[in-house]
Amino acid sequence: MSRIEYLARRAALAVFVLLGVLLLTFIVSRVIPGDPARLYLGSRARAEAIQQVREEFGLNDPLPQQFLRYVGSTLSGDLGYSFRTKRPIVEDLRTRLPATMELVLVSTVLAVTIGVPLGVLSASQAGKAFDQFSRIITIAGVSIPSFWLALLLQLLFFMTLDWLPLGGRLSRDILLTDPFTQVTGFFLIDAALAGNWEAWRDALWHIIMPAAVLATYPISLSVRMTRASMLEVLSETYITAARASGLSEIEILFKLALKNAIVPTLTVLGLVFAFSITGAVLVEIIFSWPGMGSYMLNAILSDDVYVLFAVTLIVTIVYIIVNLLVDFVQAALDPRIRMGGGSEA
Amino acid sequence: MTPIGLRERVLGRWRWMAAEPGSASWYFKRDRLAVFSLIVLAILIMMAVLAPLITPYPEQGRGSPSIMDKLKPPSLEHPMGTDPLGRDLFARVLFGARTALIAGFSIQLISVLLGTALGAIAGYFGGIVDETIMRVTDVFLAFPPLLLAMTIAAVLKPSLVNSVIAISITWWPWYARIARAQAVSVRERDYVRAAVGIGVGDRMIIIRHILPNLMTPILIQATLDLGAAILTVSALSFVGLGVPPPTADWGAMISEGRIYIQNGRWWVPTFPGLALFITIMASNLLGDGIQVVANPQLRRGSQ
Repeated sequence: MSRIEYLARRAALAVFVLLGVLLLTFIVSRVIPGDPARLYLGSRARAEAIQQVREEFGLNDPLPQQFLRYVGSTLSGDLGYSFRTKRPIVEDLRTRLPATMELVLVSTVLAVTIGVPLGVLSASQAGKAFDQFSRIITIAGVSIPSFWLALLLQLLFFMTLDWLPLGGRLSRDILLTDPFTQVTGFFLIDAALAGNWEAWRDALWHIIMPAAVLATYPISLSVRMTRASMLEVLSETYITAARASGLSEIEILFKLALKNAIVPTLTVLGLVFAFSITGAVLVEIIFSWPGMGSYMLNAILSDDVYVLFAVTLIVTIVYIIVNLLVDFVQAALDPRIRMGGGSEA
Repeated sequence: MTPIGLRERVLGRWRWMAAEPGSASWYFKRDRLAVFSLIVLAILIMMAVLAPLITPYPEQGRGSPSIMDKLKPPSLEHPMGTDPLGRDLFARVLFGARTALIAGFSIQLISVLLGTALGAIAGYFGGIVDETIMRVTDVFLAFPPLLLAMTIAAVLKPSLVNSVIAISITWWPWYARIARAQAVSVRERDYVRAAVGIGVGDRMIIIRHILPNLMTPILIQATLDLGAAILTVSALSFVGLGVPPPTADWGAMISEGRIYIQNGRWWVPTFPGLALFITIMASNLLGDGIQVVANPQLRRGSQ
């Protein structure tokens, strides 16, 4: 099978999975006890008003027709209404998605820049003290509940030392006295574009704790996965040959071995990104970070289940796209990819 | 070389503990951390089972408040302090272990049963059955587990059973994949072909030949995932979609403690979180150790 064919298969599978995801969320959302129209209007609404809303939202149409409309509207970017804010969910997400993405990107960058080198080092020291130590630390890193670690950091850096702010994205006085225009929705970029360095510093100070908490799991994960794929490569004969020919250990590790270990490591990147997006939900709640996680918490508190569907759907779509991108980059980097059969699952 | 018989005589009835060098359990026992974590987990399970006997305040552990003692810092009488309703935090943490372990093991059990059954059927029959089951699996795997579980739990209304159901729905596909891969390779073995040849029914073959061969990789994965299952349960409780009060739950206790750390009541979220962390860490270390034992490729690095 050629590479093009392989990629076409992956893309077709992604489209199929996307439709399946839509079908599943549609089915679950129709199982919800209680009439969505009644939920929307509140419990004391009159019967005629409920009928009217049912008509308006097409809830009286046959289910297959409803499903088709659901697919159509979702793909065109309409995620329905929030029952709590009475606004389109997409509108609400417009400011929240960049907030979450900023956090996720910072944490992914941390995971790769810290995790991959440590993984390489750990593999080169396999079995020695550093490796043993890093095993314990990384297992602790994947085990520690993010929401608990966040509280501990708040206790230390806010309550005890008073070095970092407790939560939020910016201090209130910066928002009042020194606002900057939001271009990308990424405060670190927007403040820099505006040349507002005071606000930039403030935004940086606010992102340190949440990003560090969010990065703990991904960093540990990338150390472990990089170490595993490095160990595999390091046992190859060409590495032994390179050693015999007198290449320095650094050159062997970073030039020869990492090059071949980078493909499996790339899969980590996809995983890391995916984990961070979900992890962000919990981290945002603790740090009052105004992203999708806080939005979901508000929805949970006010029984606004359609918001949960919408956010889950968005994140899942991002997930599918990122995985597809990873497949593409992998195929570009690794000439050995000629896997047969999608049934290989 | 030990003289034959000496090993047995010295070790007496502890002989089962003396593994042959190079065997799986020999490797496992060399991994002191894994052995240690197994002991920690055993102690945790014991503490959860015996909770009412360990704490002098079993009623508070089950949820009855004691308003006069609220928010007391750790002391000899209350080693972990008391919570906002005056309950002994140590008793709450002990009873919380019950919730966490029951939920964690239930999720693993349901997911393993469901996933293994579907995966074995897909792998054994192949063809359209296989395609159908595995594409459904793909769809479930596409969701971020925590978010899907949150959505389902929100639809079902918060309770212990519902959070177990919600998480299990997101959990089984992994087992289906492993089981399928294994079933496909077992299907082609001579003894299975022979069984088909002499007319043994499909159901019998799956039960007698396919399933026993799936159990090892499945159980390893189940051990590896136990910590994650417990973590997800507590995350659901943390966002308010898990066990409703007054049942003790670590995630809910941490969530409750958030407000109190700003008044310097650090113990309220710290101890439940520590218990959660230790439980997950022990499960992960155990899973890691077992994986190294089961996968000889990884042994090289662990020595």
